[in-house]
Amino acid sequence: MERSLRGTVAIAGVGETAYYKRGQAPDAEFKLALMAVLAACEDAGISPKQVDGFASFSNDRSDPSRLAAALGIHDLRFANMQWGGGGGGGSGALANAAAAVATGMAECVVVFRALAQGQFGRFGQGPVRNAISGDGAHTVPYGLMSPAQSFAMKVKRFMHEHGVEQSALRALSLASYHHAQNNPRAVMYGRPLTEEKYDDSRWIVEPFHLFDCCLENDGAAAMVVVPAQRAKDYAHKPTYLLGAVSGSHYRAGASVHNAPDYATSTFKTCAPRLYDMAQVGPGDVDVLQCYENFTGGVLMSIVEHGFCEPDECNEFLVKENLVAPDGKLPTNTSGGNLAECYMHGLGLNIEAVRQIRGESSNQVEDVDVSMVVSGPMVTPVSSCIFGTEATL
Amino acid sequence: MSGGGTGYLHSGLPKPVPAPDGLDAPFWEGVAEGKLKLQRCRACGRWQWGPEWICHNCHSDDLVFEEVPPVGRIYSFERVWHPVHPALKNQGPYIVVLVEFPEHDQARIVGNLLGDPHQDVVIGDEVHAVFEHHQDEDPAFTLVQWQVA
Ligand SMILES: [Zn+2]
Repeated sequence: MERSLRGTVAIAGVGETAYYKRGQAPDAEFKLALMAVLAACEDAGISPKQVDGFASFSNDRSDPSRLAAALGIHDLRFANMQWGGGGGGGSGALANAAAAVATGMAECVVVFRALAQGQFGRFGQGPVRNAISGDGAHTVPYGLMSPAQSFAMKVKRFMHEHGVEQSALRALSLASYHHAQNNPRAVMYGRPLTEEKYDDSRWIVEPFHLFDCCLENDGAAAMVVVPAQRAKDYAHKPTYLLGAVSGSHYRAGASVHNAPDYATSTFKTCAPRLYDMAQVGPGDVDVLQCYENFTGGVLMSIVEHGFCEPDECNEFLVKENLVAPDGKLPTNTSGGNLAECYMHGLGLNIEAVRQIRGESSNQVEDVDVSMVVSGPMVTPVSSCIFGTEATL
Repeated sequence: MSGGGTGYLHSGLPKPVPAPDGLDAPFWEGVAEGKLKLQRCRACGRWQWGPEWICHNCHSDDLVFEEVPPVGRIYSFERVWHPVHPALKNQGPYIVVLVEFPEHDQARIVGNLLGDPHQDVVIGDEVHAVFEHHQDEDPAFTLVQWQVA
């Protein structure tokens, strides 16, 4: 028997709450989680009581047992957390849910992420305390403490090695903001970005301008994973999972910035596994959602997933190549983490499903293969590929 | 800068202390004496950083902290403009460098690059360590800073 997730599960439903600026959600984080689960179940046309598993990532605080109790679930079979921070687990949580469904451990697993930073503290801030030990003792006292600061040196090194210009980062930001202007759900809807506005924006940490950095938002997102055999029992055109992988390369987690292969999005070992499982190549991908914690991570992910060579970034990463419907690689068609919402990336997985269904606000024509890259530069990272029935 | 409690960055950031399990304690004892000590495996000779309880190469737990010459190369850097800690609110831009030790299995440590925060920084440049002692702080600590040779 072939051991693969390819074609074994489908996404029956997707759901989101409204997205709010950080600290402005009117509801508690746990209620946001419940609302997203309910929305995803409604989208699938199932009773939430049929759900029998939950998978999440990034130390989500919404406990599956409490969710199951709140929803009146009769038979909880799977409660899973993907280790690791940031958005690295977005597609990994989906892979875990898929593995549970594919092997019969569960029948209907909800992948979710809920976030209300205002209620629990922010990501983009340094620790305010007297002393620090462990890995942080070797970085924080030097003013190296936020996610932007932790990743800027990887991107700087990559740009140095491959002669990448700031314009390549800018193009990724312009594409996200361009798409957000057609997406009424997007936090940056009605707030377009120009080259001049990007160039004039302040540095956060070189090489990241303000517009290279993700939003910090409150909200929740969820998706319902079911066996592929039942994909046609639900309300929408089926979206099948062709592949989903997670992981990292040799000593990626060596502390104090000691990963031997440092200037990477962490996908060099994952991406080949993803394509092997999905049985497609980069040339088959019709549309890409790629997690923007920072544009530099998107850039390295695009390279490491084989869409362009490292030394071709300046030519390939221009706005016209990245925008729907006609770009060579339409990227972040909802506005992504930069301009739609920062939901630790699960919103990107939902947008990828919309592209398969033909429901995106920046729809690419005739999408058969739709890819998601989750949380570049952390470890473990993950990515996945969805396909239509025609790809099975 | 010795003993004055002033350093490259404004004071008020969290002060480094040894890990509760003692893993990196010899590093902090070393820098307090002006010595840069990284972890080395006595079984296979491999250098290793950050510190760990066993050698990633041969899995021996016979590890020591051995002094390395306080000279390295800039592997990468960043100029920080947006402060994320209240202590740095009026700091202005500052430079963080990732310094590599090519003769010591490419071990790397993080520090600041002393001098003009607007200076051009060149990846690959040789840098020398400057031990920045903060003896009047509670707890006292020492940072390892860098300056272009
Ligand atoms: Zn060894």
